[in-house]
Amino acid sequence: MTDPTIATQQADAGGAYVTALEHAEPTTGQPGRPGKPRSLWSDAWRDLRRRPLFIIAVVVILFLTVVALFPQWFTSVDPNHRDLTRSRQPPSGDAWFGYDVQGQDIYARVVYGTRWSLLVGVAGSLLTVLIGGTIGLLAGYFGGWLDGLLSRVGEVFSGLPFVLGGIVILNAFRSTGVDSALALVGMVVLALALLTWPISMRIIRSAAISAKQQDYVKAARALGASPWRIIFRHMLPNCLAPVLVYATILLGSFIAIEATLSFLGIGLRDPAVSWGVMISDSRNYIRVAPHLLLFPAGILTLTVLAFVMLGDAVRDALDPKLR
Amino acid sequence: MSETVSERAATEPAPGEAILEVRDLVKHFPVRVGVLFKHVIGQVRAVDGVSFELRRGETLGVVGESGCGKSTLAQVLMRLEPPTSGTALYKGRDMFAMRGAELRKLRRSIQIVLQDPYTSLNPRMTVGDIVGEPFDIHPEVAPKGERRAKVRELLDVVGLNPEHINRYPHQFSGGQRQRIGIARALALRPEIIICDEPVSALDVSIQAQVMNLLGDLQSEFGLSYVFIAHDLSVVRHLSDRVAVMYLGKIVEIGTEDEIYSHPTHPYTQALLSAVPVADPTVRGQRQVIRLEGDVPSPVDPPSGCRFRTRCWKAQDVCAEEVPELVTRVAGHPSACHFAEERSVVP
Repeated sequence: MTDPTIATQQADAGGAYVTALEHAEPTTGQPGRPGKPRSLWSDAWRDLRRRPLFIIAVVVILFLTVVALFPQWFTSVDPNHRDLTRSRQPPSGDAWFGYDVQGQDIYARVVYGTRWSLLVGVAGSLLTVLIGGTIGLLAGYFGGWLDGLLSRVGEVFSGLPFVLGGIVILNAFRSTGVDSALALVGMVVLALALLTWPISMRIIRSAAISAKQQDYVKAARALGASPWRIIFRHMLPNCLAPVLVYATILLGSFIAIEATLSFLGIGLRDPAVSWGVMISDSRNYIRVAPHLLLFPAGILTLTVLAFVMLGDAVRDALDPKLR
Repeated sequence: MSETVSERAATEPAPGEAILEVRDLVKHFPVRVGVLFKHVIGQVRAVDGVSFELRRGETLGVVGESGCGKSTLAQVLMRLEPPTSGTALYKGRDMFAMRGAELRKLRRSIQIVLQDPYTSLNPRMTVGDIVGEPFDIHPEVAPKGERRAKVRELLDVVGLNPEHINRYPHQFSGGQRQRIGIARALALRPEIIICDEPVSALDVSIQAQVMNLLGDLQSEFGLSYVFIAHDLSVVRHLSDRVAVMYLGKIVEIGTEDEIYSHPTHPYTQALLSAVPVADPTVRGQRQVIRLEGDVPSPVDPPSGCRFRTRCWKAQDVCAEEVPELVTRVAGHPSACHFAEERSVVP
């Protein structure tokens, strides 16, 4: 920390009439290491590494990623092995999470379901925010007829009833005859993104419109900055916060919505397992066998919590005022 | 730094020559109604035929009340808004016709200091990035390795601690933020800086510091200022010449002494009579001119002289004939049919 009084003396000597009052610094500033240029992103990263919330979230997400990539490391049970004599058996030493209606090991199914559920949630919300964010920024920055056109297109998509839209899109893809689980997940992700991007577009568009009218954008234009520079350097960092929060919430709802699509027979099918399907399968047995719902829903909650914490930490780190 | 100035002085027009000539500048904003099919129902005549010239090294003060078109004038001169008509010559070349590389060069020569130091700095950029951005946009000005040093030098010039280069705008006070804005405007070594009410958002005690800084920078770098303000005493402190605006037109223009000691336009006289005087002994001795009514809408300005609806001298001719901005009395132009000198400031 440099001593503010020194600055005052220097400035006064230069005839610039700085009073001590004006140089009354907030003492919360980072330790000044002059000479080393810092930017918003490097400062945000430094800040993130010191946040316990961020570290916990990253550890949970990394763990889930490992489970998704290598489910066989965590269980030796076949998630699709059925034994009806074990139907709805409660948790025990044999099966930590118990057995479901068809006598399948819930723990094994949760482990194997991680891959598809995580993929649907993460890829779906990323794609949604990417599409919505790009279109929203363009609409907000350029305005005029482009904004009108893109907003109307967005309204068409948000006007489609979700389930109906999902059925139409997924059935259209189905007829092309893809059957691998990955391709199916890809289609589900695409359908989810196509039907939900208008919301994130609206969020970022309104943030972009308000950012565009700020004086700092005017100053950048006066300096001769290109539209891309203004969009990426000035508007994007200032529009990111609301959409980041939205994306983390979206992630959880996508994992659940995937179950709706599976329930309708257009989402994932056996042998692919997903948390959403497990939750929706348990709906008739909640009173007699609550563990059917409890374990997959609990893991889903934990996952969403980790991503919400990550989003919050990143949002706070990107706001210099909150550091 | 002083080297650059002297180098430039050798190749550029000598002091006193006009480097910016504005002729009949007009900026109208269309008033649109309708949701789907918009149609224009009128024009806001924000700037309506403004002419002036700015000489090298001089400060032209522009005063007028809110909504008279001062800030629009600044935006048009910065080419942030296209003009409706009129020309502005920068060193004899038409500014509004410039494109591409020529426009980029113009950006280096004319810069702006904005009014509100709280919104004119990107809250998510460090001071180093804000002041260094001009070099990123115009990389030919400074090689990459030298930029950091240049930014520190600029911070020093405007009276900020160069060690604070990695801080964010919210860690500074209003006056300090305005200094950052001035440093950004100075970075490209412009010849003209348009100051759009640079001190009106600051505390009075800080206003004087920032104005003194602007004055020091002017003599150090040979800058020309278009200094826009609504505070007459602020303008008087810095300006060589003053233009008084009312409803998009300049009503009177002259040197600081001509405007303040020998005002001839009724509007200027009314404005000056409203300036508070710090001396209690003369209180009550001078005449305060109170204007009746409000500023008319710029969508539908009065015919003839725009000030006639609030003028105590108004006669029939004022409604019929637009008074030209020409010298009638007291040796400087005034747009009033009945211009007469009247000293209102004791």
